[in-house]
Amino acid sequence: MNKLELQKMANEVRKGIIEGVHSAKAGHPGGSLSAADIFTYLYFEEMNVDPANPKDPDRDRFVLSKGHTAPGLYAALANRGYFPVEDLLTLRHIGSHLQGHPCIQHTPGIDMSSGSLGQGISAAVGMALGAKLTGKTFRVYTLLGDGEIQEGQVWEAAMLAGHRKLDNLVVIVDNNGLQIDGSIEEVNSPYPIDKKFEAFNFHVINLDDAHDFDKIKAAFDEAKTVTGKPVAIIAKSIKGKGVSFMENQASWHGTAPNDEQYAIAMAELERIGEELCQK
Amino acid sequence: MSEVKKMATREAWGNTLKKLGELHDDVVVLDADLAAATKTGIFKKAFPERHIDCGIAESNMIGVAAGLSTVGLVPFASSFAMFAAGRAFEQVRNSVGYPHLNVKIGATHAGISVGEDGATHQCNEDIALMRTIPGMTIINPSDAVEAEAAVMAAYETPGPFYMRFGRLAVPVFNDRPDYKFEIGKGIVLKEGTDVSIIATGLEVNESLQAAEMLAKDGINAEVINIHTIKPIDAELIVKTAKKTGKVVTVEEHSVIGGLGSAVCDVLCENAPTPVLKIGVNDVYGESGPAVQLLAKYGLDAEGIYKKVKAYMQ
Repeated sequence: MNKLELQKMANEVRKGIIEGVHSAKAGHPGGSLSAADIFTYLYFEEMNVDPANPKDPDRDRFVLSKGHTAPGLYAALANRGYFPVEDLLTLRHIGSHLQGHPCIQHTPGIDMSSGSLGQGISAAVGMALGAKLTGKTFRVYTLLGDGEIQEGQVWEAAMLAGHRKLDNLVVIVDNNGLQIDGSIEEVNSPYPIDKKFEAFNFHVINLDDAHDFDKIKAAFDEAKTVTGKPVAIIAKSIKGKGVSFMENQASWHGTAPNDEQYAIAMAELERIGEELCQK
Repeated sequence: MSEVKKMATREAWGNTLKKLGELHDDVVVLDADLAAATKTGIFKKAFPERHIDCGIAESNMIGVAAGLSTVGLVPFASSFAMFAAGRAFEQVRNSVGYPHLNVKIGATHAGISVGEDGATHQCNEDIALMRTIPGMTIINPSDAVEAEAAVMAAYETPGPFYMRFGRLAVPVFNDRPDYKFEIGKGIVLKEGTDVSIIATGLEVNESLQAAEMLAKDGINAEVINIHTIKPIDAELIVKTAKKTGKVVTVEEHSVIGGLGSAVCDVLCENAPTPVLKIGVNDVYGESGPAVQLLAKYGLDAEGIYKKVKAYMQ
């Protein structure tokens, strides 16, 4: 996809997020929106995946370690063709395959159940290690929250990934700067994030705008050139990106919009979509 | 008199992993800096490239095992029971149990027979913790023969397994031609009519000896080996309870949540029967030689004999 197509698709993903959490009356729009462009880039450009063959043993893998932002992942998967986009309206409903957090057993395209923070990266390390052990060339991507890296298990996993030189692993940190209780700097600062991953023997790429597809592409292209080290992309993003009243508000971490807020959000996204169509 | 052969079940765990490694290319083994103690070092020596030492990071080890299983490998992850089931409980629950992945956990150094290391390392809670995880198969073998059979069966059976092994060398008593291991099927080792002693792990052999002592007092005990705690052999438990009308459970584990609780769960719904639970009585262990500890906590043959005798009066 070219940049404009990616932008349009990311806007569709954002609409899917808002529709999903509004229908669920619960969920996590803030961190889903901040990662919407990353989700879009991974599933529409970067990863070698086929929605018609979601269990292909040679496919690239993705683990959403920050599993609460499942609405974003689901919206990307649905738009990519893993399941109908209408399913997004069943998010978190009883009987839906779209659980509050990703479930490998329920949803086509989900490579690992996740949601208990800190655990997804370990599974991703296992997948990358498994590729090395079996001589396969697939790559493994995992997305973490910047608050999530307060979990000790993240660093257990990072230490092993660095030690094992897993250059088929890309760890992306969605650095939107906010967690439930407020700013990550105020709660328990993980900064400097880049220096920490460097110290764990990662090749670190600072992506200073995780909403600019040229820069996203440059980061992932650079990641592919790295050998002998896992890669960490520290992706500076805006929590709630794309919906004006959600942007940079910790309070939108885990709150669904009411009907009025939903209408405003969707109108904003529709307008963005129309503007993109006129380009 | 010929000496009874003794071997720790952890030793059988290590030996069988090597055997599986020879048979199957997809077997990988993970450890957390305890390869010498857990005996995965035996596998490591034979297949160094398929042995992943995760260092002292059990939570990550379980997650890595989960990831490995999703790409078609069969990971066997090992640490002490305290850390595999205790520290990493939530990783086992959420990264292995919930996605129902094909991860085999081999937890060594279970129970108070860890000995000198004392209470911090004597895990008497692991069966209770693992029982709460839907879809988890739990096996607590009674000797080296049964341990090998369990590990082989775990490879052949898809889904998560928790296998419990001991540090202490214990008598090998299942090495007989008619021994048959089947997941979920208890084994009647001695028929009896007065009381049913249902035991697991190293307490099976202690219970057999206790039954011999009871026989001299005219008490005819039935002795059953429950190696699979989950799924438990409800049919056999109900059958023996109806036959004798009195049940005793014996385990080297807390009386809360282990075999005793599992047996009570079966009986209260299907055949209400008085049950005496013999185990670790809601206390921590302590340092000391394993054999002396088992005696002190009433978990040797003598202790079981005395408790059952008193229960029968």
